[in-house]
Amino acid sequence: MFGKLTLAAIHFDQPIIMGAFGFMIIVALSVLGLLTYFRRWKWLWTEWLTSVDHKKIGVMYIILALVMLLRGFSDAIMMRTQLAIASGGSHGYLPPEHYDQIFSAHGTIMIFFMAMPLVIGLMNIIVPLQIGARDVAFPFLNSLSFWLTVAGFGLINISLGIGDFARTGWLAYPPLSELQYSPDEGVDYWIWSVQISGIGTTLTAINFITTILKNRCPGMTLMRMPIFTWTSLCSSILIAVSFPILTVTLALLALDRYFGMHFFTNGFGGNQMMYVNLIWAWGHPEVYILVLPAFGIFSEIAATFSKKRLFGYPLMVASTLAITVLSFLVWLHHFFTMGAGADVNAFFGIMTMIIAIPTGVKVFNWLFTMYRGRVRFSTPMLWTIGFMVTFVIGGMTGVLLAVPPADFVLHNSLFLVAHFHNTIIGAVVFGCLAALTYWFPKVFGFRLNETLGKCAFWCWFVGFYLAFMPLYAVGLMGMTRRLNHYDNAAWHPYMIVAVIGAGVILCGIVFQILQLAVSIAQRKRTRDLAGDPWDGRTLEWSIPSPPPFYNFAEIPVVHTRDAFWAMKQEGIVPSRVPQTYIYMPCNTSIGVIIGGFSLVLGFALVWHIWWLAAVGAAGILASAIAYAFDENRDFYITPDQAPLLEELHSVTATAR
Amino acid sequence: MSVNPLAFETIRTYPYASRAERAEEQVHQDSAAQTTVLGFWIYLMSDCILFAALFATFSVLGREFAGGPTGRDLFSLPYVLVETLCLLVSSFTYGMAMLGLNTFKRGDVLKWLAVTFLLGLCFIGLEVKEFVRLVGEGAGPDRSAFLSSFFALVGTHGLHVTGGLIWMAVMAVQVGLKGLKASVSVSLLCLSLFWHFLDIVWIGVFTVVYLMGSL
Amino acid sequence: MNLSIALRDSSGEKARSGLRSYATGLVLALILTFAAFGAVMSGVLPSFAAAAAIAALALVQVVVHLVYFLHMNGSPRQRWNLTALVYAALMGGILVGGSFWIMYHLNHNMMPMPMG
Repeated sequence: MFGKLTLAAIHFDQPIIMGAFGFMIIVALSVLGLLTYFRRWKWLWTEWLTSVDHKKIGVMYIILALVMLLRGFSDAIMMRTQLAIASGGSHGYLPPEHYDQIFSAHGTIMIFFMAMPLVIGLMNIIVPLQIGARDVAFPFLNSLSFWLTVAGFGLINISLGIGDFARTGWLAYPPLSELQYSPDEGVDYWIWSVQISGIGTTLTAINFITTILKNRCPGMTLMRMPIFTWTSLCSSILIAVSFPILTVTLALLALDRYFGMHFFTNGFGGNQMMYVNLIWAWGHPEVYILVLPAFGIFSEIAATFSKKRLFGYPLMVASTLAITVLSFLVWLHHFFTMGAGADVNAFFGIMTMIIAIPTGVKVFNWLFTMYRGRVRFSTPMLWTIGFMVTFVIGGMTGVLLAVPPADFVLHNSLFLVAHFHNTIIGAVVFGCLAALTYWFPKVFGFRLNETLGKCAFWCWFVGFYLAFMPLYAVGLMGMTRRLNHYDNAAWHPYMIVAVIGAGVILCGIVFQILQLAVSIAQRKRTRDLAGDPWDGRTLEWSIPSPPPFYNFAEIPVVHTRDAFWAMKQEGIVPSRVPQTYIYMPCNTSIGVIIGGFSLVLGFALVWHIWWLAAVGAAGILASAIAYAFDENRDFYITPDQAPLLEELHSVTATAR
Repeated sequence: MSVNPLAFETIRTYPYASRAERAEEQVHQDSAAQTTVLGFWIYLMSDCILFAALFATFSVLGREFAGGPTGRDLFSLPYVLVETLCLLVSSFTYGMAMLGLNTFKRGDVLKWLAVTFLLGLCFIGLEVKEFVRLVGEGAGPDRSAFLSSFFALVGTHGLHVTGGLIWMAVMAVQVGLKGLKASVSVSLLCLSLFWHFLDIVWIGVFTVVYLMGSL
Repeated sequence: MNLSIALRDSSGEKARSGLRSYATGLVLALILTFAAFGAVMSGVLPSFAAAAAIAALALVQVVVHLVYFLHMNGSPRQRWNLTALVYAALMGGILVGGSFWIMYHLNHNMMPMPMG
């Protein structure tokens, strides 16, 4: 009846897990309680959950990502404190079976449920605004993508308390992830949460490629698009072409585990190296998927805060396109040591070094953008400069690792761990945090507190170096990754510095939470009235803050890059009153419903509750067919209805 | 379905106030149609990569017989030829349905959709029969890596075809209920891209799996 | 509702999607299919030549499908479709070819050594 699920799945005897799960339940119940007390369920449903507005969907993605940042960061603090303690005779407070789940969850959460949603959320909010569009090409699909991600988020959070998570690391290599060595539900939680959200991500990519190719305003040729839109396009192309590989690989592992097939098993002809090959053929493009939008963000910020146009725009576009092709030619550098031999390793080593070149070009372009500009060191600019210093170091260690003989010494050491955190935190996290500060006024209509923002930046920046530079050192000294205990006392001081660094980053996060609270409290004073708090260059700054649901009263006609800057130079003020028909998509509940059935399906598959899985699958199919017969896809507003627009929106969009 | 209480309605039911309005909507729907088709095409490109990953797996694991049966032992090429012809002709008959769409002949569209559906159903029936036979002979997907990758590749293609058949049935109902309006015709166009694409993948399957596996 | 505009814009020219296109495509595809099956079933060619022949026949048939059934051409309307197809085909080729090359080397180097 309940498959493998029993009450024993809840580890009542483990205080840390019970504490964490209990805390999560309390927070969830508090939110539900507040919604009930303030009678906001209808508002939540009509204004947010069933919305197909790209701005709202983007905000929801970002909220999800920031919540998961807290969980992923808690994992990090736990690991750092464990390693600061567990030297020599002391064994710390986390037994290996638990520690293994923590580092697996940390990686899975940070990549799939923090970085990806954060980047996609930003793309969602900003790209249509930058190209002068009213929404993405497929608003319903956008909603569906978000709710599939939520289904994955639900599964991985349920796994904290009900059952165990994978103990295999965030990529779950076989044979460890096969049934023989991971017989419990952990790997299945990993497979289905990643698989379901991965499908959502692929649909988002299709949406954004189509949106950017088809929904640009008149006069905006590809070479007049803002650079963030270019990088979003290329990132989406990478998603569309790499995520299917992940989908297949996870499916094959699932087939091994559920049907006893032999893709990656020890016997019967299975080949574990093929898993590693396939997962990294996805995995390398994945890191570029994360980093390209970050590069775009920094390009926008560097230009705006230097009051100067981006240096070398065509070269920036060319280098982004080069990365979009080259990122598919380097994936073997993740497994130089697996034994492909000198010829193969040499090819991929050289390609990996070549791919550093377009990125280097970008760094120079950002520097030249700042050169002779009137640079303002506001918080977004601080993040940008911090990124340039940090990411260059990370990139250099990457090129060092690209040399196969060096990698043979450093593979899977803490040097590697330091390298990828260096690049991901330095570029993706710093980039997203910069973007949040930069675009927050546009989305919410008031500014974030600048002082607290700067405090947060410095804590993150100093904390990062304290936390990760020691790891380079111990990596060179021979410490491998994923250890929960070590005997070499020489490593101990480094681990202590690292945990202090983690603590300083924690202060940064606390400052950011404080910044949000203080900014909300002070919002009447920092209101962004004109919609252009930073003297911006691109079209999103030409509309009010927050934007009306239809974005642009009149679709702009552009004839240069930095279209809004040009408008300001020519003294053109965009109209705020609609003159023509505005077509808008209706809200829909199908996205939420399919997401809900997906969560049911995923949970049922994890616990082998076959009848429930059938219910989930049938529900998804039935909902999709129901949507096919849904006539109410969009509505339009005529010009003379302009005065009533805001009220009309909430009635019409929900009229089903 | 529902009418907005504030005196305007959705596109589908609102009578045109003027020729300008009708022209405006025409342009909107045409560009919406083009956008939908491009988006679907990009989805098909991602599906290409999905099948490429399965082909890569088959190319690596396709000779790992683990002491069990090989392709030559198991495949009946005349049988596969019949399957192939079913799918190929169904591609042609779907084309006939699209011609009916172009000339606004609802009856033709329904007729050819039905023929295509039957041919597709034959294809799936033959494939299921083959799978059942293989499992019965002890050559199921759990026998060896070769068989696992065979079932994964051919099975995934079969699942896609099945999905196409379900879609086709839904489309037939929609054509029957709503006629050949814009939303229906765009969906038929996307289904045509899907159906032809599946036939293209099948060319790869019968070549790489069945023909090369029999050499 | 004049839907042919949508179709015409998407496919390029109405003439292209005519009966002649589908019929030609069907005939060519049938010939190529029978040729491939015949090459293997008759056993006339040695296996390497047969493999090369059926691979070539498959490639040609894919193009036949693209041109006659999917109406792909070099026209400006089809530009993004063609670009997307070329890119996807390239990436797919890298994935299949690269995996094959890598796994061949890995298998060769990592094959269990005979004992003793």
